[in-house]
Order: sequence, then C-alpha cells, then structure tokens
Amino acid sequence: MLVYRKAALAALLFPPTGVPSLWYSFKASRLAARGDTEDARIEGEKARDWAWYSVGIGIAFYAVLFGVWLLTTNGGSVRNVFFSHKVFRDWDAWHSILKGFLINVKVFLVAEVLVLVWALIVAIMRMLPGKACRPVRFLATVYVDVFRGVPSLLVIYIVGLGFSQANVPVVGGLSDQSYAIIALTFTYGAYVSEVYRAGIESVHWSQTAASRSLGLGYTQTLRYVVVPQAIRRSIPPLLNDFIGLQKDTALIGVLGMLEVLNRARFINNSKGTLAAYSMAAILFLAVTIPFTRWLDALIRRQQARTQAGQ
Amino acid sequence: MAFLEIRDVHKQFGETVVLKGINLEVELHQVVSLIGASGSGKSTLLRCINALETISRGVIRLDGDRVNGRGVDVDAVRREIGIVFQSFNLFPHMTVLQNITLAPRKVLGLGAEAAEARAIELLSRIGLKEKATEYPDRLSGGQQQRVAIVRALAMEPRLMLLDEITSALDPELVAEVLNIVRDLARDGMTMMLATHEMGFAKEVSSKVCFLHQGLIHEEGPPEQIFGDPREERTRAFVQRIIDAGRL
Repeated sequence: MLVYRKAALAALLFPPTGVPSLWYSFKASRLAARGDTEDARIEGEKARDWAWYSVGIGIAFYAVLFGVWLLTTNGGSVRNVFFSHKVFRDWDAWHSILKGFLINVKVFLVAEVLVLVWALIVAIMRMLPGKACRPVRFLATVYVDVFRGVPSLLVIYIVGLGFSQANVPVVGGLSDQSYAIIALTFTYGAYVSEVYRAGIESVHWSQTAASRSLGLGYTQTLRYVVVPQAIRRSIPPLLNDFIGLQKDTALIGVLGMLEVLNRARFINNSKGTLAAYSMAAILFLAVTIPFTRWLDALIRRQQARTQAGQ
Repeated sequence: MAFLEIRDVHKQFGETVVLKGINLEVELHQVVSLIGASGSGKSTLLRCINALETISRGVIRLDGDRVNGRGVDVDAVRREIGIVFQSFNLFPHMTVLQNITLAPRKVLGLGAEAAEARAIELLSRIGLKEKATEYPDRLSGGQQQRVAIVRALAMEPRLMLLDEITSALDPELVAEVLNIVRDLARDGMTMMLATHEMGFAKEVSSKVCFLHQGLIHEEGPPEQIFGDPREERTRAFVQRIIDAGRL
C-alpha cells in the first residue's frame, strides 16, 4: 500500500504543506490497516499531492527568502549599493539615464529593421541555385562565418574606431551612432540570416513544386510562396536574436557616446553606488518583457487563424 | 502528329533508372490513365511532362513544341499544363481565393478583379464558393483537393496531369473529387492521370497504360486492359486488383 510516508516526512522541510501531507499519509495507513483499500489509496494520493506542493511552493519560498536575506544582510549594504533610495528617488538621475536609453532604443530600432532586410538578402544569396551562383554563395558563407565568429564588441571597435581612422571610402565620416548601427547590423545579420535559412529550408519542396507547376518563376516562388512561410516560422527564433540585439546595444558605449551605460556609470561614480546600473537594467526589462509578450500573442493569433480546425 | 508526344523518354535518379524508354501519344480531348504498382514510374512520367523533372534522354512535345531539354522556357510550358498532386500542396498561408488567383495574377497578368471573378466562378461550379475566404487547414481533404484542381484550372491549361489525386483521401471523400474529374472529361479536357482507382480509370479513360519497371508494358482501350489483357504481367496485376475487390 502506497501511503507516501517518506515523501510526507521530506515534505516537512516546508511545514505549511508538509503537515497536511503527513496527516493524509497517516490516514491512509490507518484505512489500509482496517482493510479499506480504496479509500486508503485516495488518501495516499492526497498525501503525495501535498508532498508535491511542498516541492513547488517550498523551493520558490526559500529562493525568495534567500534573496531577501541577501538584500538585508550586512545592515542592508547590498540594498544600498544596488537599490539606493538616494539614487532611485533622484529624478534627475532617472531623466539622464532615460535620455541615454533613448539612444540605445534608436540604435536598436534602426539596426533591427536593417538586420531584417540584410539578413534575408544574405540568406537568399546563400541559397541561390546552380553553378553560376557559386561565387555569390561562397561570399555569403564567408560573411556569415566571419561575423558569427568575431565577438560583437570587437566588431563595434573595428567598425566604430577603424572605419573613421582609416577613412574608409563611402563610410568614412559617419557619426558614432551610425557606426554602432552598422556594426550591430553586420553581427546580427549573420545570425539572423541563418535563422531565415533554416526557415526557408523548412518549407517543404512540394510547395515549390506546386508554385513552379503553376508557371510562377523562381523569384516569384520565393517571394509569394516560400519566404512568407519561412518568415512566419522564423518569428520565435528571430525574436530571440532581437532580444540579444537589444541587450547588445549596451556595448556601443565603448565608442564614447552618452548612451545608457555611460550615463549610468557617471551617476554611479558621482554618488558612490551601483544603483544606476539597476535603473538601466530596469529600463531594458521594461522594453524586452512587453516586447516578448506582445510577439507571443501575435504568433498565437497567427496560428489560430491559419491552423484551426482538425 | 499527336497533341502530346512522348518519345523514348528515359529518367535516371543517380544510379536508379526510373523510366526506361517511354513512348506514348495522347490526342486532344483524350483521357489517358497510367496504372501499375508503386514505383513503376507513373508519377515520375507525369512530373517529366511539365518539366518538374528533367529527362535523361528522349523527347516530349506538346502540340509540336518541345517541353523538355535545353533552351526550353519551362515557365511557359507550365502555363499550358496543369498538375494536381496527391498531397494537394495548397499554400497554407493564403486563403482559398488567394491560392487560386495567385498564378493568374502574377503569371498571366490578370487584374485582381478579373482573377477573383474567375476563381469565384470556378469555386461555385464545384460548390465551394462559401469557402473562398477560408484557409486550407480549415477544409477537409476532399475540399482541399477540389480547390487544388480549381487552382490548376484557373490557368486555363490545355493539358491536365492528375498524380494519384485521391490516394491521400478518406474513402468517403474520394467521390466528390472524382466527380469533378468526370465533369472535366465530359467537357473535353485532355488529361493524363496516374491512379489506383481502377473502376474510375475504366469508366473515364480513352486509353489505359500499364506501367511496369519504367516501361509501358501494355496499352489499349480500358475494355482490353481490364477485360482481356494481352500480357501476362498485366493480367496478374489486374487479377490482384480484382481479388482486392477494387474493380
């Protein structure tokens, strides 16, 4: 007879649910001793359920407790460093950080649009058919390999400092913001082109056959049949890369512009805390969390529309 | 000269030889059925005719024009030849109406209104007008296949290729699809169909070809093939169909 005695005893590590678990466990063994097997099983199952509550609620409870202890220990030194009232209530600090953050947002938005287009071009270049397009495929492959292999911070240094110092033609005299956008577009274009490529390859060849059989050409088939389906399938992994891109805008501070990280550092230096970093983190979260939720909802709605029934 | 002429067509996938020298003539308004075991080359032959597959040797001519080989504009060929697949292959991201109007608009250059009018006209003929704004996943298999037929017809092809179009359907949905093919045959559409529906092939065909290991083993009117086959292999194949209760 399963009365889950050991589980119930272990559950006592979190008493609010452990006590009921033990209580049902005893009840189950009492019923079992009387020969009332069915009821004993039911009580045994309750004991097991409460033991599981102990695991779920208990782990969460102690994790939070540990966090609270970290924040309050040493006379609240952790809290003072990361969440200092003095800085958090300083509206000028918020204003300054927000102003810097807007530069990050702007770089992110422009880079994101450029990445979406650029990566699709690269992905299609890598998938062009036939012998004639081999050099194009090769170039695109080299590009992807290089920019996926070099850390984004290095790319930002190379593009941002190198391009202007070497006075590279066409892109020689641009602003730091533009260099930041170019660097991030290069790096993330390589990642996202791979996402697109996986999406394009996941569209079954029978779709291409159906389209070509109707007389649509190669380009038309890509444009109307393959790419729209590929993009839809790529949205979740694309979203992942965009959150990465958004966070990596924190790296562009190395070019010296007054974006969120540099402004936060100035505030921290003058006030002797690290609280401004927490504020910057909060700003990033305020954008990324609603962004992901919104896109999740968008995907759900899309799926409900095209994959309903059966 | 026949409307569709197939001369000594060979097809190889790597080491595997699928077609070993097919010769066949299809006249205008004829319906030709291809029967035979799986792997005998029925589907491959159909796919070669509208250039979805290249051929290794031989000639295919539609109305005197080569449709296969170097220098042929395959898109132009496919405008003339419609094909319907076993697995429907509708575009899942488009509504029924968009599925049907895509090629007429982008290939024939029809205006949106004209293309939609034609699509609606075709849809009402097969009783699916009210499904025009639905997405394919909301339709039954039979409805999807009927839409796929209409999608091919919207290009007003001169030849229709039907590649086992009822093989993926539940038995109770087969009839609604075959009825459309029957109507097409009656209206004089030239068609080639690869099929396992022997009863239907017997009823609708002007000529039946039995394929075996990449060759047309025997061809003749349906009465001959199903009633009095000359070749031993054909006889054995037809007998197996009869034993299975499918004729």
